[in-house]
Amino acid sequence: MVTKKLLLTRKHNTVQQFAQLVQLLSNSTKTNEKLEALSQYFATAPDKDKTWVLALFSGRRPKRTVNSTQLKTWCMQATGLPEWLFNECYGTVGDLGETIALLLPPRSHSASHPLHYWLEQLQQLEKAAEPEKQAFILQTWDTLDDNERFVFNKLITGGFRIGVSQKMMVNALAKTYDIPAATLSHMISGTWDPAAVTIEALLHQSTSGADASRPYPFYLAYALEETPAGLGPIEDWQAEWKWDGIRGQMIKREGQLFVWSRGEELITDKFPEFSLLTDTLPDGTVIDGEILTYADGRPLPFQTLQTRIGRKNVTRKQLQEAPVAFLSYDLLEWEGADIREKPLMERRTLLTQLVQSQQQPALLLSPEVAAASWDELAQIRGMSREQVSEGLMLKKRSAPYQVGRKRGDWWKWKIDPYTIDAVMIYAQKGHGRRSNLYTDYTFAVKDGDQLVPFTKAYSGLTDKEIAAVDNWVKRHSLEKFGPVRTVEPLLVFEIAFEGIAASNRHKSGVALRFPRISRWRQDKPVTDINTLEDLKALLRQAGGQTE
Amino acid sequence: MELLQFTDKGIWCAAGDFYIDPWKPVQRAVITHAHSDHARWGNQYYLCEQTSIPLLKLRLGADINVQGIPYEESIYFNGVKLSLHPAGHMIGSAQVRVELNGEVWVASGDYKLEADGIALPFEPVRCHTFITESTFGLPIYRWEPQQQLFSRITNWIYENQQAGKTSVITAYSLGKAQRLLFHLRDKVTRLMGHGAITNVNDLLIAQGYPLPTVERITPETPKTAFKNAVIIAPPSADDSAWMRRFNPYSLGVCSGWMQVRGHMRRRNADAGFALSDHADWKGLLEAVAATGATRIYATHGFSSVFARYLSEKGLDAREVSTAYGDEETITNPET
Repeated sequence: MVTKKLLLTRKHNTVQQFAQLVQLLSNSTKTNEKLEALSQYFATAPDKDKTWVLALFSGRRPKRTVNSTQLKTWCMQATGLPEWLFNECYGTVGDLGETIALLLPPRSHSASHPLHYWLEQLQQLEKAAEPEKQAFILQTWDTLDDNERFVFNKLITGGFRIGVSQKMMVNALAKTYDIPAATLSHMISGTWDPAAVTIEALLHQSTSGADASRPYPFYLAYALEETPAGLGPIEDWQAEWKWDGIRGQMIKREGQLFVWSRGEELITDKFPEFSLLTDTLPDGTVIDGEILTYADGRPLPFQTLQTRIGRKNVTRKQLQEAPVAFLSYDLLEWEGADIREKPLMERRTLLTQLVQSQQQPALLLSPEVAAASWDELAQIRGMSREQVSEGLMLKKRSAPYQVGRKRGDWWKWKIDPYTIDAVMIYAQKGHGRRSNLYTDYTFAVKDGDQLVPFTKAYSGLTDKEIAAVDNWVKRHSLEKFGPVRTVEPLLVFEIAFEGIAASNRHKSGVALRFPRISRWRQDKPVTDINTLEDLKALLRQAGGQTE
Repeated sequence: MELLQFTDKGIWCAAGDFYIDPWKPVQRAVITHAHSDHARWGNQYYLCEQTSIPLLKLRLGADINVQGIPYEESIYFNGVKLSLHPAGHMIGSAQVRVELNGEVWVASGDYKLEADGIALPFEPVRCHTFITESTFGLPIYRWEPQQQLFSRITNWIYENQQAGKTSVITAYSLGKAQRLLFHLRDKVTRLMGHGAITNVNDLLIAQGYPLPTVERITPETPKTAFKNAVIIAPPSADDSAWMRRFNPYSLGVCSGWMQVRGHMRRRNADAGFALSDHADWKGLLEAVAATGATRIYATHGFSSVFARYLSEKGLDAREVSTAYGDEETITNPET
């Protein structure tokens, strides 16, 4: 660990300190090392920088004042490279900020400023005219080395893919400031502006005086890999359907209603259905649940919910065709008190009473699934698809509501996915860790003597398999369309997915939910892959309509 | 007929009846350097630069039928004048100059422009047609001056030592490893290596090259010996059980591919150093310009990109496909 400390303290108080942190975090594959580096950073960095780092790594990206196209254009001007060559480089590097950092000529002189200086400067550019923005960016590039340039560009374009989870950051802060992780997690959630708030203010407020909208961190389950028999007597467990909607938290405090998504996005305004609850829910209430489109006593397919996501203004038609309900799982705050430490059965009793007393169509209880034995429950699980559910959730009745993804008390017991054998027809290079490797593929099924593309899939192969497929793609390309290569239709893969729906936007007429590669079928010839008719049969089985 | 032609066996000179770096067995093979994608087994007769002979024998067997000539000296095949010129890629690496009736072609093999201290530095050769490698033919590949790079490597070693960690560096055993050893020779007290590294190193020391001695690691080497040592291993040892004995250690990868973060992350390296024995983008452009050639064939690597760029600059440039790769890609499928 001495190494890291040395690295971090050498360039104190400058953006270099942050650049080194980023480099360290992105290189390291060891959680402990990352944690140590972050915690060291929080212990030594300037206060103003800390708040920004907290914001950056928790998805609170500052508003973009310069866009990617501008950065690319200015880089091409500075280097004199033609656009096609810039694009070739980008295709290989897989990251715009890094591509630019590598292409720019070496700096003419160096300048040191702390991180918050750059971020504040960037924010001030919001109203600036383009030439002023360009001048600032070019001047700054000229003072930074490759690594700092990369970080500077990422500050502009956002999205540090460096494998730092919210949980890791919380743990690092908890270590530095000696505050329990759960409390800390709550303190830094919600909306705050890194330019306006200090880290001290953020971490020293008591929960009661906090911003009324502040959600609790979600408790997330791991997948159950074995049979549930190993969990002990079934009586100790509460089973529920696992719904496929948007996990959310409904908060009523100080006369106001807030609905948060699991991504810590405030989505209250997207769902006017919930507004009636502002008057009926008591103050000091926080409910964990799932937002679903719901009609006639059952959820509608996820695709219906998608018509509601990403829209600020909801039409009357949408409200009728895709009405939304909140299926409650758990009660986290009651009468203003944090009750997460109480056992589930107590929280559930309170939750049941609360939901029943409300008598609101938009607030429902996610029902318990009763079974006398694990075998019986396994049979019920087999009927998940008819319930428009992905399987079952198992929750220990005596357990508290924990923070983040934890093993032991909650398990998701999902049904097996659908699978289809398909042939790869296009390949494209990936990003980040997979840059310059062909990792993003498009797959087709047979339709008579034609091949019909029906899905893209990215993940699911091991690094070794990716290397082998990448090598194969490079030797079996037929045509090149920009970054996409058409390949000989020879490699067969099994594609797994969670759901299927009719779609008139896709040539195949179907859209899949969570498609991924489940295995490489090196044993299977292309002649034996599935057909479009097989997909349509799955669609009918799933209750969707074909055109 | 063209003086050199691209055939399914390799680059062929019909008039002189020889192949340059053939990838299928032929009667007469002119070898640019001893890496396995250029020097393959099974040819009847080999011709190479004289310092390359021991390396070729090490790789292909002592019984090969090989003739060596010094750099700049000419040899004739059916009236075709052939000579070898330093390519700076590794010991004995050569560009092949071929001349008939006043027309000159040069096949570069692999090359780099920066003098590495071990191999004879690259010398541009004037020609009409230049067949150039283009392994790193993208402008994102711009090498840091080696002095700067080696000082970063030594700093990294010192930091590891302070943290009580062994430094393990992977570098291709033939070429890259010697370059690294040469530059670390008075910076490190204890150098140890995988057998693949020490084999080549011992051979070259016997030939009189100014390389430091490297202790060979065997199953009997006590674990205490690794503390504070710098260990050089071939890229294929990456992630293997062989590596585990050095715990706690820090892994540094020396390869031009380390220029891009994604590659470094894939290798699970603690540190990546973009040290390459191939020319970077600027080096390729400089080399092409220095030949004065008006016709360019770009082979292996980013050949289509490089050829297109040169065409846009007014040269008659095209891409040809060969079976050459990059020595690291061949030994390590992960790259």
